[in-house]
Parts: sequence; C-alpha cells; structure tokens
Amino acid sequence: MSLQSQNISSLYARRLRFNTVAITVATTVTIIGLLWLANILVVLFWNGFTGLTPAVFTQMTPAPGSAGGLLNAIAGSIEMTGLGILLGAPVGILAGTYMSEYGRGTRLTQVVRFLNDILLSAPSIVIGLFVYELLVRPFGHFSGWAGALALALIAVPVIVRTTEDMLLLVPSPLREAAAALGATRATIIRVIVYRSAKEGLVTGVLLAFARISGETAPLLFTALNNQFWNVNLNKSVSSLPVVIFQFALSPYKDWQSLAWTGALLITLTALAGNIIARSLTNFGNKKS
Amino acid sequence: MNEAQGTQSSSIPSKMEARDLSFFYGGSKALKSVSLPLYQNKVTSIIGPSGCGKSTLLRIFNRIYELYPNQRAEGELTLSGGNVLASTVDLNMLRAKVGMVFQKPTPFPLSIYDNIAFGIRLYERLSKAEMDQRVETALRGAALWDEVKDKLNANGASLSGGQQQRLCIARTVAVKPEVILFDEPCSALDPISTARIEELIDELKQTYTIAIVTHSMQQAVRVSDYTAFMYLGELVEFGVTSQVFTTPKDKRTQDYITGRFG
Repeated sequence: MSLQSQNISSLYARRLRFNTVAITVATTVTIIGLLWLANILVVLFWNGFTGLTPAVFTQMTPAPGSAGGLLNAIAGSIEMTGLGILLGAPVGILAGTYMSEYGRGTRLTQVVRFLNDILLSAPSIVIGLFVYELLVRPFGHFSGWAGALALALIAVPVIVRTTEDMLLLVPSPLREAAAALGATRATIIRVIVYRSAKEGLVTGVLLAFARISGETAPLLFTALNNQFWNVNLNKSVSSLPVVIFQFALSPYKDWQSLAWTGALLITLTALAGNIIARSLTNFGNKKS
Repeated sequence: MNEAQGTQSSSIPSKMEARDLSFFYGGSKALKSVSLPLYQNKVTSIIGPSGCGKSTLLRIFNRIYELYPNQRAEGELTLSGGNVLASTVDLNMLRAKVGMVFQKPTPFPLSIYDNIAFGIRLYERLSKAEMDQRVETALRGAALWDEVKDKLNANGASLSGGQQQRLCIARTVAVKPEVILFDEPCSALDPISTARIEELIDELKQTYTIAIVTHSMQQAVRVSDYTAFMYLGELVEFGVTSQVFTTPKDKRTQDYITGRFG
C-alpha cells in the first residue's frame, strides 16, 4: 500500500470531500448560533453600561421624565430571589436525597422524577397563575410572599434534579464502607454522601438562583410591582424583571435606558451564578 | 500459620458459623446451602473463580447486602452462638462487631483523623485527648501511624492506594470489632502494599477472627489457616489451608488450584 496522494482511491477521496463539507457546515452553523448571542450581549452591554450610574443603586424607580434609579427593584429582587431559594433549596435537596438515598429505583421515585421533569419545563406563567389563585386572590392583594413562593416553585425542580444526579454520582462502596462501620442511613447521608457531593449540591442551588433571578411572568401575577421603596412582603414588591418589562415597553427614553441597565444587572448576576457553579464543579472533578 | 491440623479443628471454637446458608438476588439463587465455620482468631480464606459467590457469602456475614432491595438470605448464621439473620438483630450493632474492608480503598471525604474518629463517634463520646489516643492506637494497629502522624488533618484521599487501604483497616479496627471481613483487599494494590497488608492480617488475627476473599491462591496460602473453595454458588471444599492446597479431596478444587480453570 502506498501513502502517495496520486494513489488515493475514489472512495477515499469521496470520504475526504464529505469530511470537509461536514466540518464546514457544522462550523458555519455554530458561528450563526453564536452570532446572535454575541449580538445580544454587545447591544446589552453597550446600552446597559451607558445608563449605569451611581443613581441606579441609590434612587427609586422614577416617574416618566424625572431622574431615578432601580434601588427598590434591586432590593425587591434580592429579597424575593433570596427567599425563593431559602424556601426552595431545602425542599429540593431533601426530595433529591429521598430519590437517590431512600427510594432509589422505587415506583414513587420514578413518578416523582417524571412529575419533576414536567414541572421543570412548565411555562413559568402557569406557576404565576397557580400562586395567584393560591395567595393573591384569597387575600385580595398582590404580595412579596406570593412572588417568593412562585420563584421557589420554579427553583425546586431544578434543585431536585441536580441533587439527585449529584448524589447518584457518589460511589456505592463509600456508602457501604460507612454502613459497615455501623453508621445509620441518616449519618451516612449527612457526613459522607453530602460531603462527597458538596460542590454538586451548591451548583444546583446556584443554577436555580440564576434561573429565578430573571423570571418575569410568575412575578407579574404575584408580587406585581411597586414604584416606591418597599421591603414589606405583605404588600406588592418591585423587582428587576417586572420593572424591565414595564419600562422597556414604555415610550419614555429614560425609562428605556433604565430597563437596559436592569437587564445588564440581571445578566451579570446570572452569569456570575453560572460561572461560580461551573468552577465549583470543575474543582470537584479535579479533586476526585 | 497452618499450625492447626485437620484433627484439631473440631476443638477450636468457631466465632461465626454458617449452616445451610442460601442467598438470592431477586429470583436467582447465588448461594446454595453453604455451611462454613470461621474459627476464632484464625484466618479463613475463601477462594474460587469469579462469580462463584465468595463475595456474596462475605456480604452476608455483616448483612451489608440489606442496603439493597430484592436481596435476601436464607438459612442459619451465628455470631458467638447468636442468630445473625434474625429480624430482631440491630444491624448497626452487628456491623460494629463484624467489620469489613472493601476491594477498593474507600477513604471518606474527611481528614485522616476524622476517617478514624467517624466510626468511634458512632458508639462512644470521648474527650479530645481520649479520641487522639484511640486514633493513634488504631493507626498504629494498621501500621500507618509513622507515615501519617504529621498530617492527620490531610484529606484521606491524599494518601497512596496502599496507605488508603491501611487507613480503612485502621478505621475498622478502631470500633473494636470481633470479626473482620476482607473482600479482596489487595486486588487494587501493588506487591509491596500487598505484602504490608498481609503482614498486618497476620498480626490482626491475634485479636480478631478474620475472613478474606481473594483471587490470589498464593495469598490464600500465605495468610490463611483455613481455606474454603467455592464453585458456582456451592462450597466445594473446606479445610486446613495446607491440606486443601496439597491434598485436595475434590477434583474441582484440584483443577482450580492447579490452574486448569478459573
């Protein structure tokens, strides 16, 4: 057999041509996909940074035509997102723990996983409407509690999923070794399993945080909006996504500018969450 | 080693005793009426080709199989005369008495110190000084103390494979068991680490009753007083190690130890 190019058979030449075409098509499609993302980010950063002044963090959302900032929206977002994670993380982690540690392979676990996957892909506006019926209509007014609950309901399935996946990655011999010393199941989970999967669990919570920090629809039906400083969860609370929604659709230039800045803040928060989550997982992988 | 002769074995007390022990993975029978003693302060090796049920048998002795659904044992198994398979047995107390060392080293994601202290804390509330003492004793017992005494706070996973396995032995010894089960403890280790573990097993039998599953017949000859040969879920032959390896009674044992199959 010769390796000279003039001896390449026609069949092999066809394979080479096909290979070139395949690489070209795949690369082009990837670039097209990334272009939109780059375009969105460039426009967002350009418009967002021009409006990024200290006033954004010190003043309330203004009436049209007057100067102002996003302080009440930022505070409301932090409050409701934080409370949403605080409510959602324990539920999600404990449910994921049940599925991986106590009910592995059982019918109940399979049903829960199926329902969880449905919840994971449920339109968030449906969750907003559900909480509206549950906490807004009976009390006759919008509230921060309802907003936080809606966000928690979106966070739960994300955390359930990652928790179960991460705990399933913990090798069984490790559990057996702890059981062989006479440790109860609860001790094994608390001391050995959670510690082995620590980075993964934190990652799940951070991903859920990144996800709910940008949710608009569920807040529209629950916390609505508030143009004044309010951190009382019994009343309607402002939030960045809802303010962006309202300001971006308005005809006022200064409102639109604030909407861009708000969008930039949310994007940076989500980006930070994702980057921390990713570096934690990488750190965890390297260690083992 | 091998000081016990066939005629003496009846006078040596058995620490654990299996009678007509069968085991099922779901519907399939993995062990068929196995009867086997573990003599006190002796090392009993269990040999046989892959899939013959030797690990399965070992995993009944501390009922570790109960971590998984659809696995069940039938028959009789005693520890110091008490029935191990009774439903009233407290599994955690049983496992405190019957320790286990696994095929792959399984250091917990804790410091070397806490790897040892983890088991002790399950049963005893000790002062810091007492705990330090117990950890040191356990590590000395596993011939690991000199190598780790200056880095007790380092992660257990930072040790070499052989050191990790000795850490697991130290951890098992620390809770003061009566029986120690070894499930192919050297299969992931190099020859030097293997030699150290084997020396250790020889020392440990002064205090504990030991059962070891092994794929290496040389290892069985080196460390054990008694040998059980298993094949296809049955106990084919049990006897004093030197006798099993020099004058086996069963043709299948003969074929296995001469390397004709397995």
